[in-house]
Amino acid sequence: MDEPTSRSRLRPEAISKPRQLTVTLHVNGEQRTLALAPWTTLLDALRDRLHLTGTKKGCDHGQCGACTVLVDGRRVNACLTLAVMKDGARITTIEGLAADGALHPLQQAFIEHDAFQCGYCTPGQICSAAGLLAEGKAKTADEIRELMSGNICRCGAYPNIVAAIQQAMGAMGGKS
Amino acid sequence: MINFEYAKARDVADAVRQIADDPEARFIAGGTNLVDLMKYDVERPMRLIDITHLPLKTVEETANGGLRIGALVPNSDLAYHPLVEKRYPLLSSAILAGASQQLRNMASTGGNLMQRTRCFYFYDVATPCNKREPGSGCSAINGINRINAILGTSEACIATHPSDMCVALAALEAKVHVLGPAGERVIAFSDFHRLPGDTPEIDTNLKADEIITAIEIPPQGFAANYSYLKIRDRLSYAFALVSVAAALGLEGGRIKEARLALGGVAHKPWRKPEAEAALRGQPAKSDAFAQAAEILLRGAKGFAHNAFKIDLARRAILRTLTQAANGTPQIQSSKKIR
Repeated sequence: MDEPTSRSRLRPEAISKPRQLTVTLHVNGEQRTLALAPWTTLLDALRDRLHLTGTKKGCDHGQCGACTVLVDGRRVNACLTLAVMKDGARITTIEGLAADGALHPLQQAFIEHDAFQCGYCTPGQICSAAGLLAEGKAKTADEIRELMSGNICRCGAYPNIVAAIQQAMGAMGGKS
Repeated sequence: MINFEYAKARDVADAVRQIADDPEARFIAGGTNLVDLMKYDVERPMRLIDITHLPLKTVEETANGGLRIGALVPNSDLAYHPLVEKRYPLLSSAILAGASQQLRNMASTGGNLMQRTRCFYFYDVATPCNKREPGSGCSAINGINRINAILGTSEACIATHPSDMCVALAALEAKVHVLGPAGERVIAFSDFHRLPGDTPEIDTNLKADEIITAIEIPPQGFAANYSYLKIRDRLSYAFALVSVAAALGLEGGRIKEARLALGGVAHKPWRKPEAEAALRGQPAKSDAFAQAAEILLRGAKGFAHNAFKIDLARRAILRTLTQAANGTPQIQSSKKIR
């Protein structure tokens, strides 16, 4: 590699091989131990190391919500989460929502309401909605829209997404 | 993102020792801004010190009836904390006006104060930016500056501070508790963030070897007469073009106490004691509100794409003070401005 220019903003000492750290994650009920470089995001650990590709990489900057997963029951953006900081945490992804072969009420409601078109944002939408139901703060359609605003749907399926969440909310009595 | 070392702080004293030993290091808590900036190569720390295990996660009442908020309390937990909802609804409302619920679940109270500007040129390492590379120039002054500042700008920088929470904390006259090698000190909220001047690379008066441990808010929460109004390019999940935190203490239709702070218009939450003084003793009506707006916006200077913010801010101040006086605060999930 050529001498780094000031524009590239790389420092020579920054180009050494990354140190690997041992991280244990409880993913969808299974204990998974990985050796990870500190810069590995939870999103990349899930997709590239654990091959759980249901969680999607959209913007990779916390702006679209496609990477939403539940960490210890709370919805977060996996793309802005460093996996090493979640050692010991319980992670739930879209692959872990269905129980005993039955779809989660949100998954069923998304199908019934046709709450997607291309489907790329859907795992994030559903995980985010699962977090929303657990929080119990949204009651009205306005409140659902506001508290789901971190999940972008470029196909514009928003009206059906709100309807699906309302159905699941009724079916589950507000509990996740 | 460049390679970096990762270390955990064992306790608060250990965190201070580690940061004092390594000026190239950064603390990481929620990571919502820092990890993003590292992906863009704007922040290039050689070492991250993970402070998420420190015992700074409680909200406690203080002896004088105020609140002490641990630096690691997540934004969402703070917004929904029963004491905050009941006694400091202005703070709750401002927090819920910012970011998304996912980000609020991750972001910490202390980290919210430390977030960097969202100026496009600060994020774009291919362009000059005095905040990112001192002395390289400001691309925003003659660039796309719709989102930039109209108050307190300098020839070096017209960036804004992006926080909503901090606008409410400024209005509530919060105090920032910090710990460094020399011990604890308390910084008034108005002294925490800085104007850009000739050193826009320095956002705050927190020293490089200090850590925020808590935010303290005084007893007066203005729970009856307050409002936080945020005006932005889309109705949710966007940074403010202009935001207003207004809080009034009323007595028989007259203003006894007033607080007024703006977001999205300056390098720090924008407050002027003279504007608040002009409200005190006046009837809670539009004449007094207009006078306060006039004083608060005195010296405002627009650039090619953001001069509209001056009028927008004036009208938003009038509307927010009216909402506060009427006891009809803006509800963040309602997109109708009352």
